[in-house]
Amino acid sequence: MQDNNLLKTPLHEEHIRFKARMIPFDGFDMPVQYSGIIDEHIAVREKVGIFDVSHMGEIEVKGPDALSFVDYLVTNRISDMKDESIRYSPMCYPHGGQVDDIFIYKVNNHFILLVVNGAPNYSEKDEQWIREHSRDFDVEIFNKTSEYGEVAIQGPLAEKMLSPFFKGEINLIDLKRFKFCYGTLFGKDVLISRTGYTGEDGFEIYTFCGDDIVEIWQKSFQEGEKYGIKPCGLGARDTTRFEVSYWLYGNDIGENINPLETGQEWTVKFDKDNFIGKDALLKIREAGIKRRLVGLFIPQGGIPRNGMEVWNDNQKIGFITSGSYCPTLKKVYAMALLNLPYTQIGQKVRVLIRDKEIPAEVVNMPFLAPINKR
Amino acid sequence: MSNKILEGLYYSKSDEWVKVENDVAAIGITFYAQDQLGDIVYLEEVKTGIRLKKGDTLTTIESVKAVAEVFSPISGEVIEVNADVINDPSQINQDPYGNGWFVKIKMSQPDETKELMSAADYSEYRKE
Repeated sequence: MQDNNLLKTPLHEEHIRFKARMIPFDGFDMPVQYSGIIDEHIAVREKVGIFDVSHMGEIEVKGPDALSFVDYLVTNRISDMKDESIRYSPMCYPHGGQVDDIFIYKVNNHFILLVVNGAPNYSEKDEQWIREHSRDFDVEIFNKTSEYGEVAIQGPLAEKMLSPFFKGEINLIDLKRFKFCYGTLFGKDVLISRTGYTGEDGFEIYTFCGDDIVEIWQKSFQEGEKYGIKPCGLGARDTTRFEVSYWLYGNDIGENINPLETGQEWTVKFDKDNFIGKDALLKIREAGIKRRLVGLFIPQGGIPRNGMEVWNDNQKIGFITSGSYCPTLKKVYAMALLNLPYTQIGQKVRVLIRDKEIPAEVVNMPFLAPINKR
Repeated sequence: MSNKILEGLYYSKSDEWVKVENDVAAIGITFYAQDQLGDIVYLEEVKTGIRLKKGDTLTTIESVKAVAEVFSPISGEVIEVNADVINDPSQINQDPYGNGWFVKIKMSQPDETKELMSAADYSEYRKE
């Protein structure tokens, strides 16, 4: 099952050494699991897990107009961001659908780092989009995806495990959620942010060359062993993010799904002068949305998967965007994009799983509260 | 290899095992099959009394990441269903040849076992 066209992250040999099961993902040969998805999921919720996320894209925006350009590029407000802080935002098309959802790291007024979804499928598309729209601004765009390495170290013990080995402007203990700083970790130059995609406390660690991330990965096992650190794959990355109802681009949000339909409204700042997609989103808001992303609870009958139809009476009312067994809750949930008015909490619907109509009920999201909301 | 393939069972190419006692066959999936699937979280209920032909779909099984059909390796009538494993499908991962059994079938054509593989043949078939 070797596909020679697949890219490898700098940690590829480590995955083979750890006997990971590998799958093609976003053009990379990536680990889906090591010890088992549920085992890894529980390690992240209860102790600490480490994920190779070097497939993520890093695009640097530099120049005098960096701040105003990114403010125009995305729906969220960037102009008031403090240095070394992070904000999440959709990046929309003029029609209001999403090019991607990205994390904006503000280094300073002249330097903004955009962390975008997996390379090369998205990062090249994003890079092209960003470049095309930067013409009227005094900025330069650098796609650094192939240079940066990245791991996510996530779980309640992540801070304890890493803080003795980080040297920087501040102690890791004092690094607040959605902030980042530069420094060294295990002696290697890093950018470290208190962020993650699991709903747990934790860090995302970026190195500026591939070899350094290998060193950090290896040292993390040495120092993390006493905390029960486990290598975690894309499977646990998906179950942990799903359980706390974080969106997955390409499933729950996408080119034809606008941020007013998904619960991302808070990231759309209509009082900004201008941003790509503003006119379309204003019109959508005035006309009212026709559908909404909701949570579904499925008491029994299988696991809803992306694309499965949702029905009410004799009418198709939408489709599943993500669905999974939730290892912490030990229950099956799904996210679905349903037509109004079938989006009220308590609404009974049916999911078509392998030609069987399986009962489901609209419930609140997130299914499990993320750490900052527990 | 000892706990991965058991002597005395029959094996199908689609990775089910059959354990015969008189004219009754217990059926499950092999160590290899559960390992390929990963953590199993759903097993569709099978009704007792249904009659299956060899090769018919017996049930559907889901892991966190995958869905797989399980085929009946032999013909006959389902006379017993393992309710424990439907309530807790992780037993298929933990003990595929023991507590992880799916159903018992009263065989209508016991000779069909001759078309299945022995432990040695299956071991060769799934050699890595």
